[in-house]
Amino acid sequence: MAPREPMPACGAVEAYFHDLAATLDDLIVAGETYLARFSAEASDFVRLNRGRVRQPGSVVQRFLDVELVRGTRHATQRLSLSGRPEADRALLTASIAALRTALADLQEDPHLLYSTEVRSSHEVRGGPLPPAETVIETVLAAADGVDLVGIYAGGPVYRGFANSLGQRNWHEVTSFSLQWSLYHRADKAVKTGFSGFEWNEAEFAAKMAGARERLALLAQPSRTLTPGNYRAYLTPSAMEEIGAMLCWGGFSGRAQKTKQSCLFRLRDGAAVLDPSIGFSEDTAHGMAPSFQDEGFTRPASVPLVVEGKMASSLVSPRTAREFELSANGANGAESPESLDMAAGKLPTANVLAALDTGIYVGNLWYLNFSDRPACRLTGMTRFACFWVEKGKIIAPVDVMRFDDSVFRLFGEQLVALTAERELLASSDTYRARSVSSMCLPGAVVRDMAFTL
Amino acid sequence: MPDADRPALPDMASLTGAVDFWSLRFVDETAETLTVRKNVALPPLACREHGAMATVYAEGGYGYAATSDTSPAGLASALARASAWARATAKRALIDARTLPRPAPRGEYASPSFHAPTRSRREWFDLLARESRESAIDSRIVDWEASIELHTATHRLLTSAGGDVVQHYRYMYPALSVTAHAEGDTQTRTLNGHRGICQQGADEILARFGFVGSGRRLAEEALEVVVAPNCPTGRMDVLLMPDQMILQIHESVGHPLELDRILGDERNFAGTSFVTPDMFGTYRYGSELLNITFDPTRPEELASYGWDDDGARAEKVHLIRKGILERPLGSAISQSRAGLPGTSNSRADSWNRPPIDRMANLNLEPGDATLAEMIAGIERGVLMETNSSWSIDDSRNKFQFGCERGRLIENGKLGAVVKNPNYRGISASFWRSLARVGNEDTLEVLGSPYCGKGEPNQVIRVGHASPPCVFTGVDVFGGEG
Repeated sequence: MAPREPMPACGAVEAYFHDLAATLDDLIVAGETYLARFSAEASDFVRLNRGRVRQPGSVVQRFLDVELVRGTRHATQRLSLSGRPEADRALLTASIAALRTALADLQEDPHLLYSTEVRSSHEVRGGPLPPAETVIETVLAAADGVDLVGIYAGGPVYRGFANSLGQRNWHEVTSFSLQWSLYHRADKAVKTGFSGFEWNEAEFAAKMAGARERLALLAQPSRTLTPGNYRAYLTPSAMEEIGAMLCWGGFSGRAQKTKQSCLFRLRDGAAVLDPSIGFSEDTAHGMAPSFQDEGFTRPASVPLVVEGKMASSLVSPRTAREFELSANGANGAESPESLDMAAGKLPTANVLAALDTGIYVGNLWYLNFSDRPACRLTGMTRFACFWVEKGKIIAPVDVMRFDDSVFRLFGEQLVALTAERELLASSDTYRARSVSSMCLPGAVVRDMAFTL
Repeated sequence: MPDADRPALPDMASLTGAVDFWSLRFVDETAETLTVRKNVALPPLACREHGAMATVYAEGGYGYAATSDTSPAGLASALARASAWARATAKRALIDARTLPRPAPRGEYASPSFHAPTRSRREWFDLLARESRESAIDSRIVDWEASIELHTATHRLLTSAGGDVVQHYRYMYPALSVTAHAEGDTQTRTLNGHRGICQQGADEILARFGFVGSGRRLAEEALEVVVAPNCPTGRMDVLLMPDQMILQIHESVGHPLELDRILGDERNFAGTSFVTPDMFGTYRYGSELLNITFDPTRPEELASYGWDDDGARAEKVHLIRKGILERPLGSAISQSRAGLPGTSNSRADSWNRPPIDRMANLNLEPGDATLAEMIAGIERGVLMETNSSWSIDDSRNKFQFGCERGRLIENGKLGAVVKNPNYRGISASFWRSLARVGNEDTLEVLGSPYCGKGEPNQVIRVGHASPPCVFTGVDVFGGEG
């Protein structure tokens, strides 16, 4: 029987978080305020290669950011906690003492802003998952005879906020993410993602069957395209890479004000997007917490681009103070955590017909700005990309580099957005499992510049 | 860091009878980030991270478990979980753990100036505030920031074979960034890139890079670049300065030579490699001038150490000599899988991630040219400095990189400043166009704290030392205008 981190009893981690907050309540003195941000997880990670297990393991981690405020002076300590109450109380005691010392070295912060209106919340999503080893047996059995490489990540993820005003927010999600690629040879592969709150055997089987079908298409001789401009269909997975680039400061209030956003020309009216383009931060339908780091509640939705025009930006409390704006639930990075792109009218079933002749781009990879103010991006095609003629897939294409502006692709060159969208949960696991997501359509573009 | 130095251990006898091998790797790291942005001191952020990674080989399987509870009970629990993982997946394992090395390293390592005194927090803020003030020289300067990250860490590796290694690290990342906006455009200048200055050691690092006084210079350069013409388009020579060379080395030599990529582990995420095992020993990677070393022994370089995270002794080795590919970046485990020689590069970014093949320090060895000689030898080209954009395909072949600032070179002389200097190429042919390599005096030791790779994801410190280099016949272009 494979091991699992014993699933904490329902509410046990939340109770532990409340104990930490109570300890902090006891430690501060008159004139002090604290803000505390909790992040923890008990995760199974199983790495797969060549249809076998490469690295299986578990990670149990607990972090607490403690911010001490006196007047407008403030400082933060990030601590890794053991989960042993006595040891963690000692750590918090030492942390508050160190923060008090630090405050003496600091100047007044004119841009400090935190929530003083107590708005507690509680959200628990997802149920028990099957043991990871059971999932892995299912996955490897389904991949019999093919070259599978990927990662399974699953288990509970916790986020919490507390302050000395008595606010308590709790966000607990038990979820899984399986990301896998089936390889034909060299760089010819089909990548598939399956994530959610409940492991559904039939849904997995359908996704694996779909991946096998597309893998068969890769067996045909590939086509090498010459650089030039091509009509293209970008799947929601490919759109996710473009969305991630826009999230890199594009919607940030601070970056807009300092003209560093890749969308500042859209805000200034020097660039336009197609009227069908709409973006919002859709916390209500995402997986991220409904509260932010300074204790403010996030609006259910923040419209960012409406009918192709910049409507607003994501404003953190600090930016609100600095530029005399209204904060709207953003964290310090001012990056969407639940990006929603408006759907179009093209049924997904008709995308090949709408593409007619051009490139079906299954995934994009390693994007970056080649001219940020022009919102010009470069990046590579990756995984299942095909040459399509008269609405039929003809051959896989070798990887191509594109270099083009979002203002063109989603402006004058946009043909249609799909009516159906995909909710793509982030599979990022840098330091911790991400709770971000994007809900995106696919896009047909008339003319996309491929350069290498 | 008492726990990392002398952790209280569980009763290992209760475990070791049932497993073939175990290791415990403790990480205890403290960090503080101090920033002055637009003449306002941001609230300081201090971090203290502590935890342990247990690894077990049992019945031919491999398993790991990480925990932030380093009490005897916490460690025992982690070892038990790792052991159970090993057993549960042994029949499905890619690697027979019975064939893996069981290291028993012993020793100690410390960064240069590990115990040296440093400035107080208030003194740091004063220094940063001065650079911030001196950056604000014009109303077209719209954003500017001076910051410093200070890290200390102690790692301890214990193995059931008798290994016991303690390594003490001290890192410093000073940074300056100035952004100018004019005529509808925005351009940023940084001091050697985003955290491009990152070394082991203490305050001597500031002097090494001329940190003090650079705020004003960068502001002047940002103002110059933002109104400069775009980089011209065409096939020409490029002279890449060290703060661009490190990115070129990293992306189109380092990653393709990682043996775990070549073995397929990364194909679902970071990618594969155009390099195949049969190339080692014969493949011409670059011109005769190309000499690439893996060198975790250069004291000030960011990713120097005494032993890697699986206990392999750190040694300097050539990966490419006179342009010929000699060996991959492969740890002891990868070497065992591939039957190839490798390097001591099994590394994890912290206690909560397992080690995988990483770059550590990857350097381009100096040649014999002065900077003046390199410029004088170019009839038509562009000098490019400070990386700002990076993109490469998943086989690490087709790349496109951009820099913050360019200068035209015509008939052997430096000319006008240009903005958005970009170039693209293919790794497999690009390095063969290496025409001049700067001498020892032109070499700079830089790096990045942010190399992403692995599933689960890891972001790790890498060091790169390089002189400026000239490449011929490169596809160069600029921005939109």
